[in-house]
Amino acid sequence: MKPNRPPLPGQPAPRLQQHWDWRAAGNFICGGSGGGLVLFAGLAGLTGAEVRPQLAAGLVLVALGLLCVWFEIGRPWRALNVFRHIRSSWMTREASVALALFGAGALALLTAHPTAQALAGLCGLAFVYAQARILAADKGIPAWRHARCAPLVLGSGLAEGAGLIAVTLAGGLQLAAAAVLVLALSARLLLWRRYLDGLRADHAPAASVQAFDAIAPRLVRFGHLLAGGLALLAAAGALGGLPGAGIALAAAGLLAAGAGWWFKYTLIRRAAFTQGIALKHHPVRGGKPASLASTPRLGNA
Amino acid sequence: MTRYVMSIDLRRCVGCQTCTAACKNANATPPGVQWRRVLDLETGEFPDVRRSFLPTACMHCAEPPCAEVCPTEATQKRRDGLVTIDYDVCIGCANCVMACPYEARSIVHEPRFAYGDQPIASEAIRFDPSRISVATKCSFCKERIDAAAASGRIPGRDPEVTPACVNSCISGAMVFGDIDDPDSAVSRLLAKTQHFHMHEELGTGPSVYYIWDHA
Repeated sequence: MKPNRPPLPGQPAPRLQQHWDWRAAGNFICGGSGGGLVLFAGLAGLTGAEVRPQLAAGLVLVALGLLCVWFEIGRPWRALNVFRHIRSSWMTREASVALALFGAGALALLTAHPTAQALAGLCGLAFVYAQARILAADKGIPAWRHARCAPLVLGSGLAEGAGLIAVTLAGGLQLAAAAVLVLALSARLLLWRRYLDGLRADHAPAASVQAFDAIAPRLVRFGHLLAGGLALLAAAGALGGLPGAGIALAAAGLLAAGAGWWFKYTLIRRAAFTQGIALKHHPVRGGKPASLASTPRLGNA
Repeated sequence: MTRYVMSIDLRRCVGCQTCTAACKNANATPPGVQWRRVLDLETGEFPDVRRSFLPTACMHCAEPPCAEVCPTEATQKRRDGLVTIDYDVCIGCANCVMACPYEARSIVHEPRFAYGDQPIASEAIRFDPSRISVATKCSFCKERIDAAAASGRIPGRDPEVTPACVNSCISGAMVFGDIDDPDSAVSRLLAKTQHFHMHEELGTGPSVYYIWDHA
């Protein structure tokens, strides 16, 4: 029997997933950044600073991400069914946390009370965490289910939030924002390195590793080293009262956020290869000695 | 308790794709969607090269990751081991597609027919709009299993209540039945053979057993 050509979905080689497109990536990009921004805005609000614009921007980002998903799902008019499985589905939990986030965010915007702002910040953190766990639960995609993926997605959301708050803060909080941004970038860089090492060590699909290798040098150079350097420069400028500190901090923040978006787009759209199949044993026919099957070369791929 | 499982004897499978065709016929899946496939694998290096055929479909896992991640509870694990989808509840988010390590699930967002935009007569009769934009997959021919409970027939023994792919298999490679019944054909077969699960390291507990040698 002649092999099938071209390969159909479900053929044995790892295959790039085709069901989640830019709209799904948009949810992880906007949701992560928005949740992170709300978190840091809530923390900044504890100092008495006016953070309502940042809170509002974070909520808009989260809403934009959820709107992307609404356009992605096959049956959008049944979207409320998403709340039915809180017992084990992180997608349900994400949606539920989003409700809490919008509630707490609305309260924070209306009252400008630091406690309400901090509560919204906690909800923002929970939202980013839920998003990270959605990917971790997807066992069909080795690059997502890897134990080091969720911490990186969480860390990236926080770095993006730290970047966006750094773009928008002014005055005395700039030094703190720069310090937080440097810390967040350092953590994300460490998580990124560990994630790539983990993928290689655990034999993730080669195409997934290649997708990340393709962005790694520029992601590190611009999204972390340059961004971190600019943030340090901004901190020094803020300490010394030098001009241009705000511009350097804004540039650092944008680079940090942009790097996170680039990573997540790659994670969802370019590195999301499926498991493929594993023929653990050859069928024993005709008295031929049994052996463990090697990695299949594909007659139909 | 009853837990329905399927065994597939890789020594017997000849890659004829009759099960694939029988599944399409029984379930009226649209072009491009195959709930059951037979993969054609070549392993080894010349001259020690082997060709194997590997029928795959939903594994009806004991711990289905698709059901765990489903936000709507449209995907359910039944007490008899079948993993089912309620098309009227599913929102088509594709989270289950990402969670399935066996690539067993499909979603089509528009009607597809074999010959152009309009269905031929047989397709028109069997077209089910509730399957558009929701997740679909092998159901172990759920309707037949459910009919068994009403009729007293036994899945795996009586063809009327046995999955179409199993009925169609020309080499007898596929056997279906209740693994909790020690006298069922599938239990007796598994007791005297060596078998494995696909990706068992993921802890999904598939209900499909691949037989590769005698015990």
